Amino acid sequence: MRKVQSLVIGAGPAGLAATIEIAKGGGEVVLIDENAKPGGQLFKQIHKFFGSKEHRAGIRGYDIGTQLLAETTSSGAEVLLDSPVYGVYPHNEGIMVSYLHREQEKALLAEKVILASGGMENTLSFPGSTLPGIMGAGCAQTMINVNRVLPGKKVIMVGSGNVGLIVSYQLMQAGADVLALIEGAPSIGGYGVHAGKIRRAGTPIKVSHTIKRALGENQVEAVEIVQVDDKFRPLAGTEEIIAADTVCIAVGLSPLTELAWLCGCEFTYIPLLGGHVPIHNENMETSVPGIYVAGDIAGVEEASTAMEEGRLAGIAVAQALGLYPPEEAVPLKEEVWNRLNTLRTGPFGQKRFDAKVELLQAAKGGN
Amino acid sequence: MNEGVKYTGIPSAEELKTCPGVVSVSRLEKGPVAVIECVQQIPCNPCEKACPFGAITVGQPITSLPVINEEKCTGCGLCIACCPGLAIFRVHKNYTETTSLVDFPFEYYPSPQEGSVVDCVGRDGQFITKGKVNKVKKNKQSDGTTVVSVEVPKKYCMEVRSIYRK
Ligand SMILES: Cc1cc2nc3c(=O)[nH]c(=O)nc-3n(C[C@H](O)[C@H](O)[C@H](O)COP(=O)(O)OP(=O)(O)OC[C@H]3O[C@@H](n4cnc5c(N)ncnc54)[C@H](O)[C@@H]3O)c2cc1C
Ligand code: SF4
Ligand code: SF4
Repeated sequence: MRKVQSLVIGAGPAGLAATIEIAKGGGEVVLIDENAKPGGQLFKQIHKFFGSKEHRAGIRGYDIGTQLLAETTSSGAEVLLDSPVYGVYPHNEGIMVSYLHREQEKALLAEKVILASGGMENTLSFPGSTLPGIMGAGCAQTMINVNRVLPGKKVIMVGSGNVGLIVSYQLMQAGADVLALIEGAPSIGGYGVHAGKIRRAGTPIKVSHTIKRALGENQVEAVEIVQVDDKFRPLAGTEEIIAADTVCIAVGLSPLTELAWLCGCEFTYIPLLGGHVPIHNENMETSVPGIYVAGDIAGVEEASTAMEEGRLAGIAVAQALGLYPPEEAVPLKEEVWNRLNTLRTGPFGQKRFDAKVELLQAAKGGN
Repeated sequence: MNEGVKYTGIPSAEELKTCPGVVSVSRLEKGPVAVIECVQQIPCNPCEKACPFGAITVGQPITSLPVINEEKCTGCGLCIACCPGLAIFRVHKNYTETTSLVDFPFEYYPSPQEGSVVDCVGRDGQFITKGKVNKVKKNKQSDGTTVVSVEVPKKYCMEVRSIYRK
């Protein structure tokens, strides 16, 4: 079996950044992704990103993806596409990674592996929720921005996190009308400036509201929404029926952790990070030696934090491979930590900072 | 009643009044100026780098609110398209005796026609007044974000923030 120094699974912002760092350190690295095109979530994000200039803020998601790809290509890293990984097995000679490529089973043996598989959308069940026309917001985003297909004309968005807000805006840019955005909590979850964009376009945001049921024969024709009290109990008499042909669900993401479970990583449960997350230390290394995590798999955050975590994991892997002496690696890692810490400030970031501290504590056996 | 951006997506009158990006009443009288309606601490700072005159400061931490220096701001409008939150506007209150110019980012197709009369809306998307499209700016630097300038009756210059999307 072919042996490589390091292998990165998932070519989103975390995986790309990790790959670039390992290659910069002089390491041999293979980057694997299941898609035909690398970039992860970035290529469907047509909006300008937040963050600081170092995180390429103000630049559109797909342009960030293009830049990272160019850096990856010029770094000399090997990129394997169309290759879903189905197994990661720690082994006495290294870590075996099995994947499919054009229906053929293949495997590589790596000294170090970084899992950067990202997250997946949560779903919501309600009467009628299996009707055609009801889909994840990320799915609708892929349809409009990658495949250029409008899923419908009259959309109801459920969930006011940044994904719900941004996808609502992008659906309108693509030519649909977003008739209402409903949110169960008493306040908007995402950034006010994103909410402001859809308000200016005339979309009402109804907080303390939930979807009661979807109506329709062969596809959604209308939805019934209802106001809820502070314990999320529907308030009788507040029901409202809105004619719609599409319902998008944006109720959060969960880390995509199957591979981490499979190779025996220890987990902890932190709702703020999206649920079960593999425990990792300051080097992003999990409880299984040689296996690292970065990005949404290590707690759902943002592309900017995913890139920084990827860099961190990449530097740590390069150091573990003996490519950097500690006196070089430590300041490099410190720089990344400083940037991560500033990204995790403010009313939105502080909670994630605390949650990440909890995760690091778990690695120290605290909990 | 608008309880604020966290509940409605629209900054309340109080939030706008205390917002360090929103200029004073006296500055508005003096000529075109940026109005930065960014009232929530989020990790973001491209506006700071966008201003060639150093009139916008975010500083550290990156979640601080952008602060406008109303003396330094020349009203050039370059910052409008650089804000990923689409939260920066330019207001030229005394454009004529009776009208003002309001510039805002617009990322929908089709772009309005220069010279045409359009329906102008407020922060809640509701109709406020008719206005005349004075300019439609689109260049490489603004990276796909069109900046539209509408001429509206003076009394609406701090209310009009967009136009109907077609
Ligand atoms: C609508 C929306 C708007 C957003 N806006 C912003 C924003 O403005 N600013 C910001 O900073 N962030 C934003 N984000 C968040 C950001 O996109 C994510 O946090 C970021 O993409 C996570 O990066 P990642 O590398 O961890 O995962 P991903 O980008 O999800 O990449 C993971 C990759 O791994 C692949 N993969 C998974 N499992 C396997 C396997 N078994 N085998 C092979 N390949 C696999 C996936 O197919 C994917 O390509 C937004 C997200 C969404 C959905
Ligand atoms: S309008 Fe011009 S001078 Fe004023 S803040 Fe914006 S970029 Fe700076
Ligand atoms: S760029 Fe826009 S959203 Fe970001 S801090 Fe500046 S004004 Fe606020």
